[in-house]
Amino acid sequence: MTAHSPGTGRATAPGTRRALWPGRSGQAFVGAYTVLLVAFGVVPTGYAIYFAFTDGGGNFTVLSNFTEAVSDFRFASAVGHVALYLLWWLVSLVVLVVGLALLLHRLAATGVSRALRFLYYVPGALAGAASVMVWLFVLDPTVSPAGVLLRALGFHTFGEVIAPGHLPVLFTLIAFWTGAGGWIVVMYGALNNIPADILEAARIDGAGAWQTARRIQIPLLRKWIVYMVILAFAGGTQLFVEPQLLSQASVGVAGRDYSLNQLAYDFAFQNNDVNTAAAVSVELLVVGLVVAGVFVARSGFFDAD
Amino acid sequence: MTAKVSPVAHTPGIRRRTGLLTAAGALALVTVAACGSGGGGTGGGSRDAFHPVKQTGGALTVWVDSSRMPAAKLYQQQHPSVKLNIVSYDGDANGSNYLRTKVSLFNRTRKGWPDVVFSTQNNETTWAVDAGFTAPLNKGLIPASTLSGWAKGANDPCTVNGTLYCLRNDLAQTVLWYDAPLMKQWGYQVPQTWEQYQALGQKVAAEHPGYLVGSAGDSWAPELYMWSSKCGANQITGPKALKVDTTGPNCTRMASLLDTLIKNKTMSLSSVFSSDFDKNQAGKILMLPGPSWFGGALFQGTFKTPAHRIAVAPMPKWSAEADTTAGNVGGGTWLMSAHSTNLKAAADFLTWVTTSDDYQGKLAPGYPAYAPVAKDWLAAQSSSGYFADDIAAPLQAAANQVWPGWGYGQFSQEAVWAATVTPKLTAGQSIVSLLPAWKSSIVNYARSNGYKVTE
Repeated sequence: MTAHSPGTGRATAPGTRRALWPGRSGQAFVGAYTVLLVAFGVVPTGYAIYFAFTDGGGNFTVLSNFTEAVSDFRFASAVGHVALYLLWWLVSLVVLVVGLALLLHRLAATGVSRALRFLYYVPGALAGAASVMVWLFVLDPTVSPAGVLLRALGFHTFGEVIAPGHLPVLFTLIAFWTGAGGWIVVMYGALNNIPADILEAARIDGAGAWQTARRIQIPLLRKWIVYMVILAFAGGTQLFVEPQLLSQASVGVAGRDYSLNQLAYDFAFQNNDVNTAAAVSVELLVVGLVVAGVFVARSGFFDAD
Repeated sequence: MTAKVSPVAHTPGIRRRTGLLTAAGALALVTVAACGSGGGGTGGGSRDAFHPVKQTGGALTVWVDSSRMPAAKLYQQQHPSVKLNIVSYDGDANGSNYLRTKVSLFNRTRKGWPDVVFSTQNNETTWAVDAGFTAPLNKGLIPASTLSGWAKGANDPCTVNGTLYCLRNDLAQTVLWYDAPLMKQWGYQVPQTWEQYQALGQKVAAEHPGYLVGSAGDSWAPELYMWSSKCGANQITGPKALKVDTTGPNCTRMASLLDTLIKNKTMSLSSVFSSDFDKNQAGKILMLPGPSWFGGALFQGTFKTPAHRIAVAPMPKWSAEADTTAGNVGGGTWLMSAHSTNLKAAADFLTWVTTSDDYQGKLAPGYPAYAPVAKDWLAAQSSSGYFADDIAAPLQAAANQVWPGWGYGQFSQEAVWAATVTPKLTAGQSIVSLLPAWKSSIVNYARSNGYKVTE
């Protein structure tokens, strides 16, 4: 918005201005972003940290909110649920997104690629909660368009489909369907950035599709993959909408108190205990930051190419 | 807090909206994390003395669920001079906690409270009084002569330390619904005892496989079966005290009856409002123990069972006992905001909506809690010609048979049962074997809500 349209009436300006303030448009963009980041990211985070270390009266409590959260009877199982879900979600995300992006790239010459890219991306066009709603119907054998498949797998009622042991896989399916399309398109873009002459050279050296992918494309995609894993990990630990909606749809049979974020929500609104809720949020933040730190350090994410 | 109460609250449409509201709730959580203010403790604490805010009048904001929308609209029609702002919300159905979440946010921003709210939950006072949200109704706002008209015990869930903080909308006493022509055709007698009920279930399994004598697939199964069997799983002995016993004889006798019937498949494990039940089982009901609102909301509304089939009998009793006891599945409540700037108009609305013959007697989907109009409601049901028999006598009798030993706590017994027992039942375990797990789950939830638990 702000780029180079400063003084509307001054026709001579642009060239000179750009010389005087190089990168001005970039700064403007970053400036706007920073305002939003502070308002909706930094301040709330600071507020949550303040809450996490104080009690209802604003007194400093050291770690008592954290110990209260951890000692809650739902905490350990919520950690287990989220860990299992993350395992499924991250592995399937990395393997399938990279695989599908490579496939797209190979098909780039044909018209199929464009159609597929569109197809992958469509679910992402639905807002988060709405796309989960779709799944509540897909998973009910009585009304599901995939009912035949569900019955073939031995599931005849919604209750059988949403048995506790199935939940990590179901949430992974939902998350993949709603979120992976965007990443496939991003990876595809990254693949297009690999210079054609490198691929050409590989081909001349006798590398097939598999070897090109393994030795050339995936190593060059590494930073993108790390970036995806960091964001997917942070998003995955904050699992909320899927179990919460499932819990509503199943009238509490499945998905209640399933994730850490739901536990925080319960603390805040069921027990009117915002401080313990904030402690859970801060724990999630710390875990997310630590994991991101490890990945960045081990992958050389910020190294210059 | 999962009590659904209101019949229609279980249709898929409402469910979907509940989901979206939950998403809104998620946003609200983020917002709160962002901009909550100090106090994580209780809100107002206006329990001792009620100090109304300055009465400036103005529009009356009323929150209702979709089933109560006709009530608000009819009031507006009959009172054109009142400026009414009607807001539709999910009625807190299925324990959505929407009202509680919103009130806790309003308490932080110090504005935005609705003047009058309908809730499908009847345990709202357990938090709303502490949050300073509800106005005391029997301290001058509504005359005692009006309040004396409520059915015996109907306003118990609304009463905290002798002060009335809400008004019960409808009763949800349980009865035994059955298909009268089918019973006659097959030469069966309506069971009067649970022993006869079980024997009939076994007979049906042998003679007419596929037909049902009940359903235990809903989250209110404990209120339907355990409550009416006088199982002491939910004895509220004080404001923050609970006694839990799920393994006593009153509990095990019902659990093993249910296990027998689940095993021979005459007791369904699907929720009566599920698409599965509607499609595969709704046409195969011989008997169905259920609350008073099953008649209109379930048989007539959801299943579209033809007229002249459905009849009502009292809940069976145990042969060893003299009296019939009933359970209760919901029954909504009306709350009035203590923050209202228009208490008089709010009280007028509240009185009208709970006691008027035009709404409660003629339009309301559930059995009115206000006794004088209940008679008219029953008469209207009879004259509709839908039921095979007169349903008034058994429903009226059941209204006084609800066992008082099952309380209204701050956490939802239905949610505990749904999360602890239902998935394992679906996986093939027996209720008898799940009773100890049910107990420890109740104890956990009670303690996390600050209850002192005795076992």
